[in-house]
Amino acid sequence: MTSLTAFRSRPARAARRRGSAVTPPWLFAAPALVVYAIVVLYPAVSGVVYAFTDWSGIGADGSFVGLANFATLFGDEQAMGSIGNTLLLTLAIVVVQNGIGLLLALGVNVKLRSRALLRVIFFAPVVVSPVMVAFLWKYIYNPDPSAGLNGLLGLHVDWLGDPSVALWSIAGMVVWQNAGYSMVIFLAGLEGVPRELHEAAMIDGAGTWQRFRYVTWPLLAPALTINLMLSTIGGLKLFDQVFAATNGGPGYATETLSTVLYKQAFVFGKYGYSTAIALVLALFVAAVSLVQIYYTRRREVTA
Amino acid sequence: MRRTFPLELVMIAVAVAFLFPVYTLVSLALKDPGQIASSPMALPSPPTLDNFADAWTAAALGPSLVNSTVITVVSLVALIALGSFASYFLARVQSRLGYGLYILFLLGIVLPFQLGMIPLYRLVTDLGLIGTHAGMILFYTGIQLPFTVFLYTGFIRALPGDYAAAAQIDGASHLVAFTRVVFPLLRPITGTVLILNAVFIWNDFFTPLVYLGGSGFETVPVSVFAYVGQYVSQHGLVFAGLVLGALPIVVVFLALQRYVIKGFSSGLKG
Repeated sequence: MTSLTAFRSRPARAARRRGSAVTPPWLFAAPALVVYAIVVLYPAVSGVVYAFTDWSGIGADGSFVGLANFATLFGDEQAMGSIGNTLLLTLAIVVVQNGIGLLLALGVNVKLRSRALLRVIFFAPVVVSPVMVAFLWKYIYNPDPSAGLNGLLGLHVDWLGDPSVALWSIAGMVVWQNAGYSMVIFLAGLEGVPRELHEAAMIDGAGTWQRFRYVTWPLLAPALTINLMLSTIGGLKLFDQVFAATNGGPGYATETLSTVLYKQAFVFGKYGYSTAIALVLALFVAAVSLVQIYYTRRREVTA
Repeated sequence: MRRTFPLELVMIAVAVAFLFPVYTLVSLALKDPGQIASSPMALPSPPTLDNFADAWTAAALGPSLVNSTVITVVSLVALIALGSFASYFLARVQSRLGYGLYILFLLGIVLPFQLGMIPLYRLVTDLGLIGTHAGMILFYTGIQLPFTVFLYTGFIRALPGDYAAAAQIDGASHLVAFTRVVFPLLRPITGTVLILNAVFIWNDFFTPLVYLGGSGFETVPVSVFAYVGQYVSQHGLVFAGLVLGALPIVVVFLALQRYVIKGFSSGLKG
């Protein structure tokens, strides 16, 4: 798989193997590098610098305050709560979304008459704007016992208004939207499992579960790596759905790192503090990516 | 009866449950306020299209569709042009510096954009591009370049260098060898790049909210957001607006579903 080898293979080795390729001039990369530097690199570096200042966002750059913003952050109950919420939300999304995605993929991978249609149905929410999905679910999560999810299940739950439920309700709508994405990545992985291996295992007397456990599952490792990374990074950065559905409420029950840093910047004008929170978020994302690349790669096998 | 029949039934039941929110969305959009209050779950009887006509004008969806289309299309052209050229260099360069540059691009995939969000906002303001299409196009081109470069570079590395080399022996410049010989070979990955970036840009919300809010150049998600805020308790109107806002991308998806699903599932594997 190219994506995984892309990290590993040194271009020098690849090019030498193919011999005759002549290196194109630097100029080919220059326009992309300029735009990338303006939009991503320069702002990210200044973001890191501002995280150590008390900049208010207007006028002068503020003064250097050392680690004060981080001290504030770790003493700020609301911000610490948002870190907890972000991690719980991410964990719930990663586990449930990939679990459901895997089950859907296994179901749709069987030669059913309706498989093409099923695949389209499960995938469709992926292409819709998360904000619009959040508004739809805001109604589905209506506290009214005769409407939405309550009406369907005969319950009387205040899905987004009850602080002990709201975070899981957000996870639910995210899973509904993205399970199809995990499904298609697992499906692509399942296509790579050779039939002969299944047949050989069957001849050896392996049952359905054993064939899944010892044939399919190990070969799904690359798809699992990709799914875990995508859903973890997506969960950590989650903003649109929370912003549209609860805006962090009730109280601070669904406040995440992204919503807190948004409010600190655009509501309270504490830009320095806001970028400090962004830096913490960046470290989380980077740490998770590295750990996942390391661990999931170790158990990968090739067919 | 086929052996797979029980599984088929289970999967169809799952799909029906999965579609419940979509049923709610469409049926409420087709109801008048009286029906929504009295029978929120039932089928609309009789269905009404009034909500759609009202929503279309109240949400200013016409102009937003134009804004979204312009921003998405121009950003995609820029991404493909800049991304493919840069990746051709990054895939073929043999120096350590070139490899470092590739890693520098990949770093952008991991960095959350919030880190640079505020300095970038200030930069775009200083450039006079807040509230313009150009500002958004610059933003999307930059922010999606790392992912685009990642996809293109992986694909080009797996491609033999012989074609371009042959063209160059025949006297073609690097520019001609790339545009005439290499770029056409990149079609499959260009399709993936197009689809993934198009869905991201079309649906993106936060940056257009901050950059375009109140400018008259709002994209579809921003207009729908403002519209929902205004009509919050009138569910029929809100849902008609959501249906209309989501419709263009859903129609494109249904028309191209095979390519879209393939793009999403293969994109990350090259």
